[in-house]
Amino acid sequence: MSAAQNVMASEPQQVQWHYVCETNDLVTNSGVCALVDSQQVAIFSLKINGETQVFAISNYDPIGKANVLYRGLLGSIGGAPVVASPLYKEHYFLETGLCKEHDDVSVTAYAVKVEGEKVFVGV
Amino acid sequence: MTSLDSKTQIVVVGNGMVGHHFVEQLHQSDANVEITVLCGESRLAYDRVYLSSFFSGASADDLALTTPAQYAEWGVNVVTNALVTDIDRDNNKVTTSEGQVFSYDKLVLATGSYPFVPPIPGNDQEHCLVYRTIDDLLAIEASATVSKVGVVVGGGLLGLEAANALKQAGLDTHVVEFAPQLMAVQLDQAGGNVLKDKIEALGVTVHTQKATQTIEAGDTCRYKMVFADGTALETDMILFSAGIRPSDQLGRKSALTLGERGGIVIDNHCVTSDPNIYAVGECALWDNKIFGLVAPGYTMARTAVSHITGGDAEFAGADMSTKLKLMGVEVGSIGDAHERTDGALSYTYLNQPEGVYKKLVVDSEQKYVLGAVLVGDTSDYDTLLQYALNNIELPEHPESLILPSSDAAPALGADALPDTASICSCLNVTKGDIVSAIEGGCCSVGDVKGETKASTGCGGCAALLKNVVDSELEKRGVEVSKAICEHFNYTRQELFHIVKVNGIRTFDELLEQHGEGLGCEICKPAVGSILASVYNDYILKASHLPLQDTNDIYLGNMQKDGTYSVVPRVPGGEITPEKLILLGEVAKEYNLYTKITGGQRIDLFGARVEHLPDIWEKLVAGGFETGHAYAKALRTVKSCVGSTWCRYGVQDSVGTAIDLENRYKGLRAPHKIKFAVSGCTRECAEAQSKDIGVIATEQGWNLYVCGNGGMKPRHADLFATDLDTETLIKYIDRVLMFYVKTADRLQRTSVWMDNLEGGLAYLQDVVINDALGINGELEAQMDAVVDAYQCEWKTTIENPESRKRFRQFVNSNASDTNIQFVSERGQVRPATEAEKVAGKDQFIPVSMV
Repeated sequence: MSAAQNVMASEPQQVQWHYVCETNDLVTNSGVCALVDSQQVAIFSLKINGETQVFAISNYDPIGKANVLYRGLLGSIGGAPVVASPLYKEHYFLETGLCKEHDDVSVTAYAVKVEGEKVFVGV
Repeated sequence: MTSLDSKTQIVVVGNGMVGHHFVEQLHQSDANVEITVLCGESRLAYDRVYLSSFFSGASADDLALTTPAQYAEWGVNVVTNALVTDIDRDNNKVTTSEGQVFSYDKLVLATGSYPFVPPIPGNDQEHCLVYRTIDDLLAIEASATVSKVGVVVGGGLLGLEAANALKQAGLDTHVVEFAPQLMAVQLDQAGGNVLKDKIEALGVTVHTQKATQTIEAGDTCRYKMVFADGTALETDMILFSAGIRPSDQLGRKSALTLGERGGIVIDNHCVTSDPNIYAVGECALWDNKIFGLVAPGYTMARTAVSHITGGDAEFAGADMSTKLKLMGVEVGSIGDAHERTDGALSYTYLNQPEGVYKKLVVDSEQKYVLGAVLVGDTSDYDTLLQYALNNIELPEHPESLILPSSDAAPALGADALPDTASICSCLNVTKGDIVSAIEGGCCSVGDVKGETKASTGCGGCAALLKNVVDSELEKRGVEVSKAICEHFNYTRQELFHIVKVNGIRTFDELLEQHGEGLGCEICKPAVGSILASVYNDYILKASHLPLQDTNDIYLGNMQKDGTYSVVPRVPGGEITPEKLILLGEVAKEYNLYTKITGGQRIDLFGARVEHLPDIWEKLVAGGFETGHAYAKALRTVKSCVGSTWCRYGVQDSVGTAIDLENRYKGLRAPHKIKFAVSGCTRECAEAQSKDIGVIATEQGWNLYVCGNGGMKPRHADLFATDLDTETLIKYIDRVLMFYVKTADRLQRTSVWMDNLEGGLAYLQDVVINDALGINGELEAQMDAVVDAYQCEWKTTIENPESRKRFRQFVNSNASDTNIQFVSERGQVRPATEAEKVAGKDQFIPVSMV
């Protein structure tokens, strides 16, 4: 399994890596939620062109105001992976956390890495 | 205007939407000017049109129209908190309350308006507020956290916006209006009545013809409003929105000519009685009128810019037509809504059940549109407005323009509009501008918006803009796709055939062979439903799981706070005392809210995701099965008590309902399916409002098909009469399987049948006469689905791997602390955002199990 490392350009400082779970806790093409440093982080595992990639964004839906994004349906818009909020169906890009429907809405995108069978989130 | 050697000093007083638009336009004109903006508020210009979005999460920054950095980049001097107190017209100087003095060559007054507060004794108390600025909103927000009931005084456009804000803040909201109707300026009485009904249905209480006399201390709330008719209303806060008054104090003080009832008088160039002073927006009075909308204000700003820079634009009044959504209710008003023109005639359409009212006002010759009122459905607004603004001659039967979906309605396509037609009146964009943008290379609505700025003001023209863009693109040979989504270039029905014919068993297989990308929330559940209809596998099988919408994955309906509802199946609505007790015990143990449904079962609300398996383990052990309330599948078969108990019953409706429910439970379909069985012609089970309705006769059963309740209720059609039970089931098998196989995604049976060529008669021909020769196949497929039934919850709780899915956190047993409840009528309900903020002491924590 290889990992997508979504290190954000705007935050050059060192991220703190937190172990969250094993790779077999993830469900392919679906999401789970982890409590990292008291923040709720939605972690998604997607099979893209035969290769599994892992993404992490905040679990809080800023429009529905509930911690539910990990239960959203995954998909792509123009090739870019997205999750659709299970409450009101806005799309969030997994790589950036930006909301497709509202220019002024976004969620935090976290760095994530896989080492062996262990999944880490950077905060 | 002579050419200028040194820079002309322009001083703008006020930085509202119109003042800002003036600055922006003047900056873009490249005139040799130096602009100074004196802004009375602490914030620069922001969008007042979307003020109420502040309560649905927008911040002050979201509403901002500009920033100090942008003004700096433009070379505009800006001073905030600068309240201008004096104009020295002899020496061309203004003075602020801080004593700062600014010289001008040209002075522009854009001071806007202030809310009118009726002179009611007690109107100056702490929780009596107005709705105009962001600071007002902050005060309202603070007041809302310590209030339960809120009243808006004024049932006009802004008053209803304000009521929406209070409702969103979680208050029990009332609107008090002096006039006999809501929105008296824009709507006629009948339209106002329909609007009142719709708004009351949303939980806001409307009191018309109420003149408030005093605001006193309340008994159950903070205040008591006493009305002239002797009645009273208790409330914790009051919001005044009883109209605006022009902020013309500066004009008055410096002896500019004012109107009799206020407002700074301007000419067609927006020049006041002093040739060096302009007034624009809501402080200005043109032709004895104040214009309280943003579009005319913008036009005034452009007119003033034109005059200052030597142009010849003139302000010629403005169209005050308006279309908006108030609390989700569509409202539109065009031109002469009150039929005040001599000889005006009108056509009206009233649909009370759906809450739709339309009135079309035409001239005495019935040639031109003078005005219109639309409530509940503004889909005709754009067309009617174009008829009115462009003086387009009416078709032969003008009423066809407001009648619902009659094929005869001559649609005024984007094609019929002249190039001069104004599409976006806020930003003054014509159809010609859009056509040239497309000719310049724009290929989408987004492109055209970026290029022309059309639809970036109030947004009311978005649908019309799309129409024009689509029609122009189509003319240029760009195809309009009928594909289900960007990942599959097929309809649901085509995908069904591909799955069936090629024996495809997983989404990945289908995507690889017939689609592209990763899928989405449209195609995944659609394919999931197709696979379930064809094979009826366990829907949470690893390969199917990612296809399901969250409701299907967690086998419950997600509620607004992220918790789920638990709805066990109660076939036919028949339930034993033991099972009732079990439901009560489970609800008590997990602190669930309980409610009887219209489908004769019991909903349990507020279940945390991590509790679902334990809850269902107890229910399944007690003999319950999943009710599929979360699925596009058979929901309920409602029944009356029938011949077993009832004096009038002629057949055993309960027994038949139970048999039908057990036969079709678990059947996945393009949309939900509901049944009912009545034991006699009195029809107590309301079977004629269901997809499948069965009514007992002396000889057997009458079968009704393709009805529904909900948003667009439709009576079911009588399909066959006096059937024996065996034939009844055969017919239902065939109708349902034919529907499952041929309907489009999210198409209910009624729409499906109406779209079949030949409608009911064709369906009867297929099902009763086997016109297509497929009945054997349809029955065999239904038998296979029935045989493959399993209770998804039973399968889930028996599998430890599946149970793992029901955790909030993969790495912790903690609960989601954002889920909070308050007590209401002896049960829990989700806490509002305001209640969450207000402090934790009033909440009942959910018992941790």
